[in-house]
Amino acid sequence: MTGGVASPGRRRLLAAGGSLTLAFAIGAMRPAWTQDETPLNKGKMPGSLEKEPWLDAWIRIDADNRVTVFTGKAELGQGIKTALLQVAAEELQLPPGRIQLVTADTARTPNEGYTAGSHSMQDSGTALRYAAAQVHGILAGMAAKRFDVVPATLTARDGAFQAADGRRVTYGELLAGRQLHVQADPAIKPRDPASHTVAGKTLARIDIPAKVTGGVAYVQDLRLPGMVHGRVVRPPAPGARLVEVDVAGVTRLPGVLKVVRDGRFLAVIADGEYRAVKAAAALARAARWEIQPTLPANADPAAVVRALPTQPTTILDRGTPGSAGRTLTASYTKPFQLHASIGPSCAVAQLVDKQYTVWTHSQGVYPLQGALAELLGADKAAIRCIHTEGSGCYGHNAADDVAADAALLARAFPGRPVRVQWMREDEHGWEPFGPAMLTRVSATLDGLGKIANWQYDVWSPPHNTRPGKAGNLLAATHLEQPFVPDTPKPSPQPEGSGDRNAIPLYAIPNARVVHQFQPGAPLRTSALRSLGAYCNVFSIESFMDELAHAAGVDPVAFRLRHLEDPRAADVVRAAARRFGWDNYRKTPRRGRGFAFARYKNLAAYCAIALEVEVARETGMVRVTRAVAAVDCGEVVNPDGVRNQIEGGIIQSSSWTLLERVRFDQQQVLTRDWAGYPILRFNQVPEKLEVELIDRPGQPFLGTGEASQGPTGAAIANAVFDACGLRLRDLPLDRARLRAGH
Amino acid sequence: MTTYHLRVNGRDHAVDTDPDTPLLYVLRNDLQMNGAKFGCGLGQCGACTVTMGGDAVMSCLVPVSVVGSRDVGTVEGLGTAGKPGMLQQAFIDEQAAQCGYCIAGMMMRAQSLLAKNPKPTDAEITKHMMPNLCRCGTHMRILRAVRRASNAMANQPAGAKA
Repeated sequence: MTGGVASPGRRRLLAAGGSLTLAFAIGAMRPAWTQDETPLNKGKMPGSLEKEPWLDAWIRIDADNRVTVFTGKAELGQGIKTALLQVAAEELQLPPGRIQLVTADTARTPNEGYTAGSHSMQDSGTALRYAAAQVHGILAGMAAKRFDVVPATLTARDGAFQAADGRRVTYGELLAGRQLHVQADPAIKPRDPASHTVAGKTLARIDIPAKVTGGVAYVQDLRLPGMVHGRVVRPPAPGARLVEVDVAGVTRLPGVLKVVRDGRFLAVIADGEYRAVKAAAALARAARWEIQPTLPANADPAAVVRALPTQPTTILDRGTPGSAGRTLTASYTKPFQLHASIGPSCAVAQLVDKQYTVWTHSQGVYPLQGALAELLGADKAAIRCIHTEGSGCYGHNAADDVAADAALLARAFPGRPVRVQWMREDEHGWEPFGPAMLTRVSATLDGLGKIANWQYDVWSPPHNTRPGKAGNLLAATHLEQPFVPDTPKPSPQPEGSGDRNAIPLYAIPNARVVHQFQPGAPLRTSALRSLGAYCNVFSIESFMDELAHAAGVDPVAFRLRHLEDPRAADVVRAAARRFGWDNYRKTPRRGRGFAFARYKNLAAYCAIALEVEVARETGMVRVTRAVAAVDCGEVVNPDGVRNQIEGGIIQSSSWTLLERVRFDQQQVLTRDWAGYPILRFNQVPEKLEVELIDRPGQPFLGTGEASQGPTGAAIANAVFDACGLRLRDLPLDRARLRAGH
Repeated sequence: MTTYHLRVNGRDHAVDTDPDTPLLYVLRNDLQMNGAKFGCGLGQCGACTVTMGGDAVMSCLVPVSVVGSRDVGTVEGLGTAGKPGMLQQAFIDEQAAQCGYCIAGMMMRAQSLLAKNPKPTDAEITKHMMPNLCRCGTHMRILRAVRRASNAMANQPAGAKA
């Protein structure tokens, strides 16, 4: 299989030797031999059809009526496969079980970049909705012509059209093995949501049965013929220099096939997995390192980020500052935090006849393909990256790095598939961290208790150092001839990166927001679920609470008086109502907190009301119950959305109450679950409710990262309500609760 | 290499491996079973949880040489995707997974509870599940699935087993 250059639809078409040319004109249909692939409707296409306008790149119908749907997005445990299947099934009028779904694969699927930023429904879901609607329309036209009836008299069921007189033809019979190499038509009308039977209803996740029965579900489960096992020995610290290593003893260990050294990239390949683990431990003992103290002496997040060079960008400048009134100022911090996947990152790579195949749980198989090509000095076409699910990643974790490890070892040991899984210490110590951040906000309340002026600054190291370039792969920076990481750049508004959600959605006449971007950081950092939104929403929504108290106004009412977007106000009211905000009775040690954000100011709306119990003597904080109200546009899989929101609340509770990467001047100290604890079963709420406000016909709004920011602030606000402590530095851990600051 | 005779999910296996190899690696690589997962290798996360003689153990810490005649239970022994067992069905019914990497370990820890205490209180379920970590935040659903499985087992005719 080749990777890369032409679109997947085009490649399949060329391989299959032909596409369908219809006698009548439909949209942008062209004969197969047309070499001009210029999109006809650039700038107008729905979702990812903008990048890949050919219908046969998305949907394939074989003569035997097998239907295959292709997406460039990947299952990360968020349930995207099921939701995309529902969208396609609805428009194709097929039972979901009749469709085979193929996800991110550089040889087979459209290039949809990364599966990140809560974009999958918006990008791929929208593309599939329009592509499938158009395919269905074309097929209906063909069936109508065949039966010499009007399309509206046909009924579609189970992959076939039936005429009123009982004549029936399957989709596959209509196409007879040809594919619809037709450009998408942005004017296509998808089905009316009121008629939906599959989309909008809960469908059980298609990936769960294998996961609960020990089926092959993950890249970790791949067992290819002749597969060998690799393990990498990382330096003990980012600034460590390899002085010497005696590999002779390691080479003689049972099962060891090869010891690889290239600069300070050290690895072993063995015939068995545990033999590789033992050999790697021996190799680590055989290596002598010189460690330079490259990390800051003061690990306090505010001190760390303040010391970094800064590139300020004003991202909002509205009105004139200097309004009269009462001014409050506060500063908030977030430490470095981990993705901390339960399963350490894993990949399998194989080099056969100068062609690499890499099975990876990367969020972006196409960008990874490019980075590996540069790393290996190979053509992109010589590298195929196939997404294979891994443990949840929650952003840019070590998935790409381990794929690079596996590819380097496959090059060193050609012919055999090489499986590499990181050890726990490496995952905790070497994944790209979510960056430490600092915010400072100042606001003026006017005489009517409204915010007249707002000044907000956020300091943040990069949230995006994803590959695309070899230098963003860890191993590449450790080679004898190292690749240098790209100079990171901030992502532009409105999505932003460190400044994601730094602009409050509230109506404030005079407001100025500055993103103090910091291109360098003492530790490698990248995208952790919701990027800067977690810290920005924590800061803004904590501060809204402080302002409400200063104004002597209920925090929910205070938010509502500053919200002009009716959908925002709806989720705020819904969460307050479901929680019983107005009738809340405070009990000793307990308190309530509220927070709201619209993720990226353009994706899902989410408001959270919750209660905490605080034990000052032990410093323990526990969320006792939580309510979320969510508007994510048209809901495709209600239980899927609930699962994402619930998970986001619990994960964010863990970040907020417990999590902090610790390091000294030489190295990262939090290298396992004892050093970096996460939430356990005794710390989850007794009750967690998610109320969905469905908006049929409205665009899909990403939900996967909507609840993290509001949860953090709601907890801080509830802690304040419970015990009067205003904690502005994350995490709100036991030490801070006991110390009271 | 030494030959070990293991009983896994009621079936006998002979395995040639190094004595210090943890049971986890034997299950995954020698017996080609996917249920137990490598998570930390330190006994801290529970992704590798299996039952051994009915007790939940972290198979990353158990050298194959100490298993002896104790029956090892993995998620594969509870049922199949086509015919899920009660505990598996409860996890499916509650959609109690996101990435699912921790779930097989969760299920085996739950199995060790329900086998001894078929009608646990909610507090007993929570306490029993404490050692296992989930990162996706599926905890509420996992607890509900264990409760559901317990209820389903309680409603079964006498003599039937999980």
